[in-house]
This record gives sequence, structure tokens and C-alpha cells, in this order.
Amino acid sequence: MNEFLQHLVNMLVLGGTYALLGIGLTLIFGIMNVVNFTHGVLYTFGAYVMFIVVQQLGLNFFLALPVAVLAGWLLGALIELTLLRPLRGSDIDTTMLVMIGAWIAMQSGTLWIWGGVAKSVATPFPDAPLVLGPVSVSWLRLFVLAAAALLILVTYLLINRTSLGRAMRATFQDQDTASLMGVNVDLIYTSTFAIGSSLAAAAGALLGPVYVIFPQMGDLAAVKAFAIVILGGLGNITGAVIGGFILALAEELGAGYVSSGYRDAMGFLIIIAVLIFRPTGLFARAERVG
Amino acid sequence: MKRTFGLVPAIALATVLFGGAAEAQTIKIGVNEPLTGAFAASGTYVVNGARIAADEINAKGGILGKKIELVIEDNKSNPTEAAAVAEKLITSDKVPVLMGAWGSSLTLAVMPKLMEYETAMVVETSSSGKITTTGNPFIFRISPPSAVEAAAFKGIVDKLALKKVDFLVINNDWGRGTAEDFSKMMKDKGISVGLVETMDQGAQDMSAQLSKIKSSESETVIVTTAVDQLTLIFKQAAALGLKKRIITTGGSQNPDQIIAQAGAAANGTMHLTTFLPWFPDKTPNPEATNYFISEWKKRGFEFAGCTESFRGYDGIRTVAAAIEKAGKAEPAAIKAAFWDIKVKGLNGDIVFRKSGPEGKESGQSQPNVYLIEINDGKVEMKTL
Repeated sequence: MNEFLQHLVNMLVLGGTYALLGIGLTLIFGIMNVVNFTHGVLYTFGAYVMFIVVQQLGLNFFLALPVAVLAGWLLGALIELTLLRPLRGSDIDTTMLVMIGAWIAMQSGTLWIWGGVAKSVATPFPDAPLVLGPVSVSWLRLFVLAAAALLILVTYLLINRTSLGRAMRATFQDQDTASLMGVNVDLIYTSTFAIGSSLAAAAGALLGPVYVIFPQMGDLAAVKAFAIVILGGLGNITGAVIGGFILALAEELGAGYVSSGYRDAMGFLIIIAVLIFRPTGLFARAERVG
Repeated sequence: MKRTFGLVPAIALATVLFGGAAEAQTIKIGVNEPLTGAFAASGTYVVNGARIAADEINAKGGILGKKIELVIEDNKSNPTEAAAVAEKLITSDKVPVLMGAWGSSLTLAVMPKLMEYETAMVVETSSSGKITTTGNPFIFRISPPSAVEAAAFKGIVDKLALKKVDFLVINNDWGRGTAEDFSKMMKDKGISVGLVETMDQGAQDMSAQLSKIKSSESETVIVTTAVDQLTLIFKQAAALGLKKRIITTGGSQNPDQIIAQAGAAANGTMHLTTFLPWFPDKTPNPEATNYFISEWKKRGFEFAGCTESFRGYDGIRTVAAAIEKAGKAEPAAIKAAFWDIKVKGLNGDIVFRKSGPEGKESGQSQPNVYLIEINDGKVEMKTL
């Protein structure tokens, strides 16, 4: 029983970060119909910004987080303006190839600048964990969970309660009509990609200090993000959040009670099952984002 | 993402095509190591150690009147890439001998290529038993197989009063081989073996496995993996309040890095290593050890890397000795010469003995194994 409780707590902290990874990807896909292969590198980018700000510039950990989010936002806007905008209207294969190219170029750039050896970021949290009876959890992981929940909430409010969000949803439903109603579609696309990118960078900035930072760290994260998005239904933010927790639960219980050798296989078994029985995802694609 | 080094083969090809004159003046040694991916830290240390050996040899005039030249390639911690890199080094760079490939799974993937091109390789790190027992006469290993580690550890299990142990090992030939060899030794000693948990080589979150181990009845956990994953395990074990004795194997722990990154969580942990950079005077070859450590520091590398980098240093010196003995830089002559060399390694004399099926034996040297303990952030030696 004690072991089960610990697995549940692990699932919660892991699920929160998976959800954060998933929403950025699903947002971009839902509104722009772009499969963002740079999601993983943006995650890596956020982590390296943390490393630069905290370890190299010696600035405060909590100050570094918004810097990483802002840097992710700017890089996302740059990618949209230089790579995606000229390709608007071209077929999905072309866009996909360009995004894969950007992924390879950015990852190689990271390797070139920082080398392959992993870096770590010091945090202001105590080493000793919070112990509640049979269950222990590190303060850093709790902070990450809280920060992820906050970011997910902010994203949700942005899309559902602001005029920018309303314009985004309108663009998602019908781009031409939205344009006729005075929505600046170009601006919506850039903002959407920038927001999705800043969420990926935020996930990297939060998880980099939990794990270690290295150029290929985004690959596994991106695979998980794609899995979560498929689970939750493409373009569905609530679905991505629930999908994140389902994947974390499958991994924890799979590793805990079946076999740790198949830990990463568990999540994908669920995805295969979902694709067979509910090909549109557990939560069918919403008519609107949010 | 995996194309970074696409340019390197192209440049190498150009060098071969246009640089014929330069080629004749050096003796090439192929180095096949993981410089990116899960084992990047370890592979980079080994390569830096190899460079120290090459520079030292060249400063003394090289071998056979020629300078040696390391042709270093990245196998990306990926067995498929390791095999491709070996093929490229042999066929395109025309190296007569190789050193590599760090991990057991990487080395095992390279082995058929050695048979195909009849080129020998010095194995500097891998510890899976399979490498020297499957009948590949082109393998010359200077690192201890996990059975040797287990045998060395046998003497101390009574002192530690081990009763029940769990394993947490990397899910590849190295980790599974270690779990097998150590389990066998433990059972012979009447120690019961509980859980055998595995983790993927790229995995970053081992909380699920550690939670399971936390609630088991064992008092000791044997952990086998490389330094980056070890650091994560120590941090995550501390976060879960796991209070069992942790003993690591494999010699790729870099204890100083664990002390620096895991802090108090590292205290009380024990590590089986194959080099003692903390106590140069206790090593079999103090003078060479002191030289190596001072050279390592002079180049601005982190001291933590010494436990890993000495393998590259010893490996290249072993290769150089064989080339010198052979009298020519040709694959068959070098392979034959490995059997006749004696190198004063940083971890004892390197002399190859036959291992594996008769008629196609691999070479295996018998290095020393040490047990160290971390106490109050300091490394202490335990007698085995």
C-alpha cells in the first residue's frame, strides 16, 4: 500500500510536467495545423537558458524562469516569421520537412556550442525531501508541479477569457471568416506559435534542473509530447492535460508492477490501443480550442 | 540532429584523396567512442585521456619514426552507429587498429566488423563477459569483465554483512551481464537476491523503480550505469527517502562528480572502480599515475573525469606498444603483436591472456579492482 501511495505521488509530479509538454504542442497543431518538430529543441532551449542564467551569469533561479519563457517566446516568434510564414498555404509535407530541418539544425547548434556532456543547474530548494508518512517527494518536484499547474491555468484563461484567445479560437474554426471579421490572422499565427514555444521552453526550464541538461534531452520529451497529444486528441488542451496524467500513470504502474524494462513501452501500448479503438484520441477533437 | 558529423567523413575523405603525402608520415589509430547521447560524458573523458597518451608518445618521437594520429569518431551511444563508425574508420581512414567502443552493447555491435576486416581493437571500458567469450580473436580487452569485478567483490561481502540485495541496472548488455554475474556470486555466498530492476539507457526518471526498491526487504542495492544516470539516481533516491546502502559497479561512476552533484546523498555509498586517482601512491604505477593526473589537470579537465579517462590513456599506450612490437603499421602484424606486449598500465601490468573458445581466443588483461566509499564528501579506500 505504501509503495502504491508513493507511485501515485510520483505519477502526480510526472503527470504535471507531461501535461505542460503536451499543451504547447497541441495548441500549435490545433490552431495552425503545423506538426511542430521543433518542440523538443525548444524544450532543450529553455533548459539551456536556465543553465546560462543561473550557472553562468549567477542570477537568481526564480528570475531565470521568466527569462526562459520569454526567450522561448521570442525564438518561437522568430521561427514562425522566418520559416512558417513564407510557407503558409504550402502542403503539409513541405512544412514538416522544413520543421525537421530546423530541429536538426538547432540541435546540432546546441551540440556545437555546449558539447555533448550533460550540465546541471543548482536550485534553491533543500536536498532533504518533504516526508508525509510513507511518502516522500522533493521540494523541487513540488515546485515544478505547482508552476506547471499555474502555466496550464494561465494558458487556459488566455484562450478562453481574452480577446486574443477569442481571435485564436475564431481562426481555428474558420480562418477566412475570422479574417473578414477583422482578425489579423498573421498576428494570430505568430502569437500562437510563440505561446506554444514558450510553453515548451517553460517545460524545459522547469525540468532541466530536475534532471540533467544535454543537447538531445528534447528528443525523448518530444516523443512523450506527441504521445500525449495523440492520447488527448489533436488540438485539445484539456485532453492534453488528462493525456499527460494517463501517460505518467501508465509508466509508473507499468514500471512498478509489471516490468521496469518495459516502462517506456507502457505508454505506447496505451496509444496503440487508443488509435485502434478511438482513432481521434480519448477526447475527440473539440470544435474549438479550449 | 544526428547529422552533425556528416561533414567529418567528407573532410576525412578529402584528406585521404588529397593528402596522400601526409598520410604516409603518421600512423593512424581509430578511436570509436560515444561523444554524444547517453554516454557522452564518459566517452569524452576517454577520448581526452587518449589524446594525452598520443601527445606523450609523439613528444618522445612517436613510434617507428612516425607520429601517431588519432582518428576520433562519435558512435553516438548507439550500437548501429558504432558498427558504421568502425567500418568507416577501417575502410575509409585505413586505420590498422582501433580502440573502442566504451559500452558493451556498442563493442558487441562492432565485433563482427573486426572479423570482417580482420582488424584488432583494444576494448578499454566494456565489461560484459560475452565480449571475450564468444570467440572473436580481434578483441584485446584491458577493462575487467563483470565476473572479475564480482569475484573481487566476493571478499568483502562478509565484512559488509550483506543479507539481501536488489539490483538496479542499465537495460543493456553491460547492466544485465553485471546483474547476472553478481547474482551468481551472491547466491554462492548465501546472500539472497531480491528485485532486479532495469532502466533504459536514456531514461531520466527512475522514481518508479526506486519506489519499488524502497519498499522491498533488501538492505543493499547494487547499481550499474554511467555517471549521468547515477547522479540522477542518487538525487531521486534521496528525494524518495531511500535509506539503503548503495554500491555501484562498472568503473564509470566518477565519484567526484557524484559528490559534487548529489551532495549529502552520496555519503555512505560504495563504488567498485578500476583506478585510484585520489591515492596515486597506492596505484601499481605511481609515477605514471602522477604524470597522467598532472597532465589531465594542466589541460583544465575536471578531476572527476580521471577514473574514466585513464582507460583511454592506457588503451592508446597499449595500441602503441603493439605497433612498435609489430615493427609495421599493418593490421595482421599488430594483432599478432598484442600477445607479446607488456605495458605498465595505470591500473597494473597489461598482459593479454587467452579467453574464449580454443583457436579463436580473445585477449583479456587482468586489471585491479578497488572498492571506495564516500564519507563526508571524501573518497576513502576500502580493502577488498
